[in-house]
Amino acid sequence: MELTLWTYEGPPHVGAMRIASSMKDLHYILHAPQGDTYADLLFTMIERRGKRPPVTYTTFQARDLGGDTAELVKRNISESVERFKPKALLVGESCTAELIQDQPGALAKGMGFDIPIVNLELPAYSKKENWGASETFYQLIRTLLKEAANEKSKISPQRWKELGRRPKVNLLGPTLLGFRCRDDVIEIQRILSEQGIDTNVVSPLNSSPDDIKRLIDADLNICLYLEIAEASCEWLKRNFGMEYTTTIPIGIENTINFINEVHNKLDLPLTNKEELENKSKLPWYSKSVDSNYLTGKRVFIFGDGTHAIAAAKIAKEELGFEVVGLGTYSREMARKVRGIAKDLDLEALITNNYLEVEDAIKKTSPELVLGTQMERHSAKRLGIPCAVISTPMHVQDVPARYSPQMGWEGANVIFDDWVHPLMMGLEEHLIDMFKHDFEFVDGHQSHLGHTAVKSQNNEDKNQTENIESGVNEIIWTDSGKAELTKVPFFVRGKVKTNTEKYALSKGLAEISDETLYDAKAFFS
Amino acid sequence: MNKVEFYKETGPREVFCGLTSIVWLHRRMPDAFFLVVGSRTCAHLIQSAAGVMIFAEPRFGTAILEEKDLAGLADAHEELDKVVNDLIARRPEIKTLFLVGSCPSEVIKLDLATVAEKLNKRFLGRVQFLNYSGSGIETTFTQGEDGALKALIPLMESTDEEKLLIVGTIANNVEDRFKKIFKSIGINNVESFPPRQSTDLPKIGTNTKVLLTQPYLSDTVRDLQHRGCEILYAPFPLGIEGSSKWLLAAAEAFKIPALKVHEVIAPLANRARQAMESHKKILKGKNLFLLPESQLEISLARFLHNECEMNLIEVGTPYLNKELMDEELNLLPENTKIVEGQHVENQLDRVRNSQPDLVVCGMGLANPLEAEGIHTKWSIEMVFSPIHGIDQAADLAGLFSRPLKRNQILTTKTLATHK
Repeated sequence: MELTLWTYEGPPHVGAMRIASSMKDLHYILHAPQGDTYADLLFTMIERRGKRPPVTYTTFQARDLGGDTAELVKRNISESVERFKPKALLVGESCTAELIQDQPGALAKGMGFDIPIVNLELPAYSKKENWGASETFYQLIRTLLKEAANEKSKISPQRWKELGRRPKVNLLGPTLLGFRCRDDVIEIQRILSEQGIDTNVVSPLNSSPDDIKRLIDADLNICLYLEIAEASCEWLKRNFGMEYTTTIPIGIENTINFINEVHNKLDLPLTNKEELENKSKLPWYSKSVDSNYLTGKRVFIFGDGTHAIAAAKIAKEELGFEVVGLGTYSREMARKVRGIAKDLDLEALITNNYLEVEDAIKKTSPELVLGTQMERHSAKRLGIPCAVISTPMHVQDVPARYSPQMGWEGANVIFDDWVHPLMMGLEEHLIDMFKHDFEFVDGHQSHLGHTAVKSQNNEDKNQTENIESGVNEIIWTDSGKAELTKVPFFVRGKVKTNTEKYALSKGLAEISDETLYDAKAFFS
Repeated sequence: MNKVEFYKETGPREVFCGLTSIVWLHRRMPDAFFLVVGSRTCAHLIQSAAGVMIFAEPRFGTAILEEKDLAGLADAHEELDKVVNDLIARRPEIKTLFLVGSCPSEVIKLDLATVAEKLNKRFLGRVQFLNYSGSGIETTFTQGEDGALKALIPLMESTDEEKLLIVGTIANNVEDRFKKIFKSIGINNVESFPPRQSTDLPKIGTNTKVLLTQPYLSDTVRDLQHRGCEILYAPFPLGIEGSSKWLLAAAEAFKIPALKVHEVIAPLANRARQAMESHKKILKGKNLFLLPESQLEISLARFLHNECEMNLIEVGTPYLNKELMDEELNLLPENTKIVEGQHVENQLDRVRNSQPDLVVCGMGLANPLEAEGIHTKWSIEMVFSPIHGIDQAADLAGLFSRPLKRNQILTTKTLATHK
């Protein structure tokens, strides 16, 4: 049993709903009690969907349990098939139905419909939302392409040459309730078409079961979101020999790497290599003098695997930040994230507990948090600027304007979204110069009128008041305390810990202003 | 008794389960913690229903059952014990901890009553433990509050003192207004249940007269009756009419002449009628369809018809307690169609065929209906907003006029691209 206050991921059947709701001509029979219908509002409210998820909840009640819940399942299946006329049917259970073992998938298959039926077994007590989405997508592809797979034909990524047409690829993994998927697929299609590459199918988003049957008309699969599509890409590779790309095109370098990977796999010469660096404004904005002040900004990153890994690379290599924390709630991606963290001399935080993440943020005292909706709240409480880079998200993270994360425009969006919560360059310099003037308010940011200056001041006061309460055997002298309060609030915690660490290592009994400067020199 | 038409419907539903009521209960009693014993779905439901995620560390949480908990119930009890210990250590300010049963905990027959009993012994004098079920196989949305209140009743001490007990969660400012009005009428001993502090429970007994603020408290009413309380039957205090009759019912029970009540409320009612005018202009003659969700539907229908002159196409309710709703049903126009239960697909067909001007529905259905060109009001707002009493009548009307007014203002009506 695990105590959960807020959760990063829903149950696995919500993942299945993300696949079903992303697609057309597909219906999902979910054996579930009435309360589980809450999941509809994730789509209709957060995504502002003007369409109900194509899900029928069997709505069994306590009084049904003694009787024949299997009959109830069958009635719902017949009614739904007749009403919605889907081209394929997903049948599964939510957590409660899993316990009563009605086997709705098997029941559905015995009812004699001539549409493909996918029996979803998503263990609700051990798995979570992204796994459920991945498994559903994979099972659906497997079911729809089972017969074709038996033919054992091999798809070479270079076959477009023999077929005398432009290369064609599939974009796999974008779903509803994914982070900016709607715009990512537009951006990637635009980039590919500039290179003379056609898009065969985008799936699951806006695709149909018929489209899935056409996946094998493509020469190559593009795996856009590992959490959702990696298992499917692997299956298509095993059964059809279809290659897939693994570079996620978020950030300049990875977009270029991605374009290279696609060209290599397709054996297509890349003709506009030199132009690529100038497709996005991020490299120049990052180089321009105002951005000098971004150098070494301490950034804490937490999110799903795909976005956290991408963010770490951009932060370090493309914006010149210092990554002081990296983690994910995607256990399936833990290994990959650990690897990236190790390269940054960090230990990855793999957890599903937002309180642990908040503690880690406090400990590392970052100047910017890149996280999910949860971290936005934690950062707000701690008075630290934050940008959201991953689900779970709020309705405001589904913006009306075009705002992808991937490709050239994605890099522009990322520059703006990550830098705007910070103080602007020259402004930071000026504030630093004038911070001892009486007009100065700690935490002041002229272009961010709404920031919680008050809470930052409170946080401040706490930190000053708590100067005594750090490492107990060391005393902060008045001069030490005074000097510490002059340190900008967002690094004060870190400076304090470092100074105490330094004092301890030198066997000092008290910390004066001079000790602080000694420590500063020691650590720089 | 006038003739309303009753229908029952079964089928797939689109309503919340009783766990959802934790979202307002935990705000009413800030010294209580609600620990759902359930699945990841339960945790996800509460955080999604809370919508904006009123963050901080919330006073509710879920002990999520894992595979090993399902294998052996003995272990599950032990595990729950551990979770509770951790929680109490982390949140020493908690005075009452509700163990809330869910669909999975009910199906595996986890005995939360026994767990609560054991914990009560261990934490005697520090934390009190209670249990109730908010499971979706037994309860709908607001019925969760019924369960929580019922669980508190055994802790309420007995008294012979004469008092008025107003029962059902209402906003604190509304509660204060009611108390002031009761005082002006001449009823001074007025208490509320649930109280603002879970440990500050009112005493009850044979001289306690119970006036309900909410219609969804069937079980609570039954147990209060068992304790000797007298239930005052009245329409619910929504709108001027409902609130007036509600206050009159209390006055009658305390043998206060109706004239006195009218004296007190007449200026309030006049003020409210004036405030309602602009809303009424918009709502008058419009056709209304209420889908089942909170059990407030019948009272809302009565208010919107009698005071705002809307036409009622269909009034859905998840559950109908005819005894508690009798006074309300009497005030409805002839031939009002009341449908208990739901077959969401068939009901939506009726919505489309009847071309309503406004549909009251849950958040899962609102945007899809809007995209079809049908205007909606989300019903969850009724349980989060202060809507009770004469002073709030105009605000209540405003909840329904706003979507219609907005549509008059906006020039773009088609939403086809978002279907």
